[in-house]
Amino acid sequence: MDKIFLEGTEDTPKIMLNADSGIYEISGRSLPEDSAEFYKPVLNWLEGLKTSGIKSVDFEFKLEYFNTASSKLILDVLTKLENCKEAGMEVRILWFHRDDDEDMQEAGEEFSELVEVPFEFRTY
Amino acid sequence: MSKQDMRYIFDLHKLMIERKIILVYEGEFTQEITKSVLSMAERNLESFGEEESIKRKVFNVMVECLQNICKHTEDTQFSFSDLRTGAVFMIGLEFNEYIIISGNPMSNEFVPNLESKLEKINSLDKDGLKALYKEIITTGSISDKGGAGLGFVDMARKSGQKLEFSFEPIDDNYTFFSLKTKISREKALL
Repeated sequence: MDKIFLEGTEDTPKIMLNADSGIYEISGRSLPEDSAEFYKPVLNWLEGLKTSGIKSVDFEFKLEYFNTASSKLILDVLTKLENCKEAGMEVRILWFHRDDDEDMQEAGEEFSELVEVPFEFRTY
Repeated sequence: MSKQDMRYIFDLHKLMIERKIILVYEGEFTQEITKSVLSMAERNLESFGEEESIKRKVFNVMVECLQNICKHTEDTQFSFSDLRTGAVFMIGLEFNEYIIISGNPMSNEFVPNLESKLEKINSLDKDGLKALYKEIITTGSISDKGGAGLGFVDMARKSGQKLEFSFEPIDDNYTFFSLKTKISREKALL
């Protein structure tokens, strides 16, 4: 599979998707001007992941901040991962939040209630 | 310009100090301007030594406010110095709360819809807002303007208090919409 590597900026997150080395990560800040456009390649990549033959995925979210338009797209990413799980892949979401960031923890808990994928919560 | 005419500079400066206004921006709003305003405001909050959790909430509300203005500034034939086009954004301190204020013109036809949306949000408690958020995120879609329809709900949730708003007529076609969101500096209230 192709790899995606995007360096983070002040309004877009760092994205690392590399099936060869088993790295799946979205981190940093997400408040792009056009969130649908920004996440489109990620969603397409995840569509390909479903039929890649990969057995298991630990997908890391380590977000410092995301806006509401991004939250909708994060749900779309999680839904794609849910599809992978339904296709037989072992999928786990690792949701990182700062120790004192209750809002980010709560956001992760809410996402976990919206998709049928196991979440693990970790602090950093 | 006479000396008397220049008095307004001092008055404006005094007003900002008296009202504890931290930052004001007036004019055109774009993503680039949003980023600059955010980084200035962040630096200001840091210089007060504000707590991380409060800073994050203020930042959160600022982003939603600024991006709302960017997305909903209508293309009009008027210049950005016109009341019918330009918008205003400010943050300040009132008692022990940060206040995040935005004001922007809108077409009269969209006022009733926005007003009822805000009234609905204000009628809900914490759990009601959470349920509304979940409903919109699962059933809604991204608008052609790039919004998820979640901005005001999120602002109300981060604030934990009612959103204050008003509509002032500009002329027969336009209304000035202003919105004030409060973030308490007292942790116990959050």
